[in-house]
Amino acid sequence: GDHGNFGIGRPASEEEIAAWDIDVRPDGKGLPVGSGTVLDGEQVYFDQCATCHGDFGEGLGRWPVLAGGMGTLEDDRPEKTVGSFWPHVSTVYDYVRRTMPFGNARSLSDDEVYAVTAYVLYLNDIVRDEEFELSNENLADIELPNAGNFIADDRFEEDHYAEKDPCMSDCLDAPAEITMRAQVLDVTPDSGDEGSGG
Amino acid sequence: MSDDDTMAARGRGRRGFLKSGLLGGAALAAGSLTARAEGDPAITEIKDWNRYPGEGVDARPYGTPSQFESEVVRRNVPWLTAESISSVNFTPLHELDGIITPNGLCFERHHAGIAEIDPAEHRLMINGMVDTPLVFTMADLMRFPRENRVYFLECAANSGMEWRGAQLNGCQFTHGMVHCVMYTGVPLKYLLEEAGIKSGAAWLLPEGADASAMTRSVPLDKGLEDCLVAFKMNGEALRPEQGYPLRLVVPGWEGNMWVKWLRRIEVGDKPWAQREETSKYTDLLKGGKTRMHTWEMEVKSVITSPSPQKPIVHGRGRTVIAGLAWSGLGAIDRVDVTIDGGMNWHTARLDGPSFPKALHRFYYEFDWDGSDLLLQSRAIDDQGYVQPTKQELRAARGPNSIYHNNGIQSWHVNAEGAVENVEVS
Repeated sequence: GDHGNFGIGRPASEEEIAAWDIDVRPDGKGLPVGSGTVLDGEQVYFDQCATCHGDFGEGLGRWPVLAGGMGTLEDDRPEKTVGSFWPHVSTVYDYVRRTMPFGNARSLSDDEVYAVTAYVLYLNDIVRDEEFELSNENLADIELPNAGNFIADDRFEEDHYAEKDPCMSDCLDAPAEITMRAQVLDVTPDSGDEGSGG
Repeated sequence: MSDDDTMAARGRGRRGFLKSGLLGGAALAAGSLTARAEGDPAITEIKDWNRYPGEGVDARPYGTPSQFESEVVRRNVPWLTAESISSVNFTPLHELDGIITPNGLCFERHHAGIAEIDPAEHRLMINGMVDTPLVFTMADLMRFPRENRVYFLECAANSGMEWRGAQLNGCQFTHGMVHCVMYTGVPLKYLLEEAGIKSGAAWLLPEGADASAMTRSVPLDKGLEDCLVAFKMNGEALRPEQGYPLRLVVPGWEGNMWVKWLRRIEVGDKPWAQREETSKYTDLLKGGKTRMHTWEMEVKSVITSPSPQKPIVHGRGRTVIAGLAWSGLGAIDRVDVTIDGGMNWHTARLDGPSFPKALHRFYYEFDWDGSDLLLQSRAIDDQGYVQPTKQELRAARGPNSIYHNNGIQSWHVNAEGAVENVEVS
């Protein structure tokens, strides 16, 4: 080709780019034209999602919880869901279209993804009207509750990183004491050779 | 030899110590045989391998480890995840030495299982804010100038199960979401320049070809600095579970960004806020705020032997402490080791090659008097960052960050030489 320094590769066609470039940004860039209502989404969700994620997004077994957990982020055991934790609706649309249902990715139509995204918002009380229609026109306008609580990486400002010359001798006031033991929990997998004289 | 014979020949399995937590002195299979008048049968008796020829050069076209090393394998923790397709396993760090991880032992983390890709049907697309969106075949990529670089890859969640305290008994499980290999690949810079980056571009979105279609936003600066598009590890093609035929290498940064089965890189002006950088790979802090874009892996180390899966079986006397240290910000300058829970520290010996953003191997040799030990290692990188204690990390962040736990690990060694994962104050 007549591009670049090496002339390796070939130009990608519009069709090829469209086939693979399906990502969506928080500002709505990348959203396909389409729409779906909460009620439409309820049907898609029951057919495609509920067997893992539960009828109300509560998550069955170890499968992810999609709804609830509001106000738990400061709890000892936070419940991080779309409603309680996720910052952007665009991520729900993008991720469902890209990877769900688990085991049958890329099988939902763009409108079905709008519908099921609307239903997940409904499960989280982000929208409250069953007739609500989510579309490429309004998705980026919806604010999720936790959007303002994400901060830039400031790990390296933490107090413990100010130490540049750590203690080498007589560093403790008293000899170290054991405060926790893994064997008390006993959740480590055994090796594969059961009954080998261990 | 049958498996039973093999086990019998080995006597008590090394991992048997794990279950018992005690060493019966008489059961010491490995090592200290008392000399008898008639001599050691390992010497005085003629062995099969001393008499009969073994297999020929046509028997093992792709060699595998000795049958006596059958326990040196990746392991998983079934209760960690809903199923094994979107899950993780662990490198057996306690059995390894040096800094290079054998390809078949490099830990795996998939989000939709292992994609099995025919390289003839694999493509890499570059699109977005470029002058000419391009498609490369694998054959095309082989025509660019190549580089060989040794880097560690650490999962952001490595040691994540230990945030609330000592939980898993073995450095394979507490620290095994890391590996270090030599990659061969094309600097990403060459591929981006081939397409021509438009003014205003600041971000990249690599994407995988598997059913999880992994995507992460990567700053353009990092892509131009040292990212590779790699097709080989330790000299041979990537393993399928490591992204065959193509993966992104993002030196020093959390493993999730090292997109496997790489098929596309989009160039844009803003980050995309994908699921793996919002719902996941964000770090919840005490007080309810959440850090995002915590890309670098911080300075870290662990003693790999002795460790819960690698007890001391030789009794008192000369004892080797071996371990690994690494930092996503550069090279390791120094590793200190304590045997008394942090009262006194001794600077360990770094041995072998030390590359930036790669594993470093350290040793500390001492004479064990048979008393209880509390072992720890503390790494310092060439940026001056000192590995913090777990208490310091919890004080700064709380217990719910999940990711980026680089706190100092403590092992308790008892008088029998058995080792346990503990926390100390």
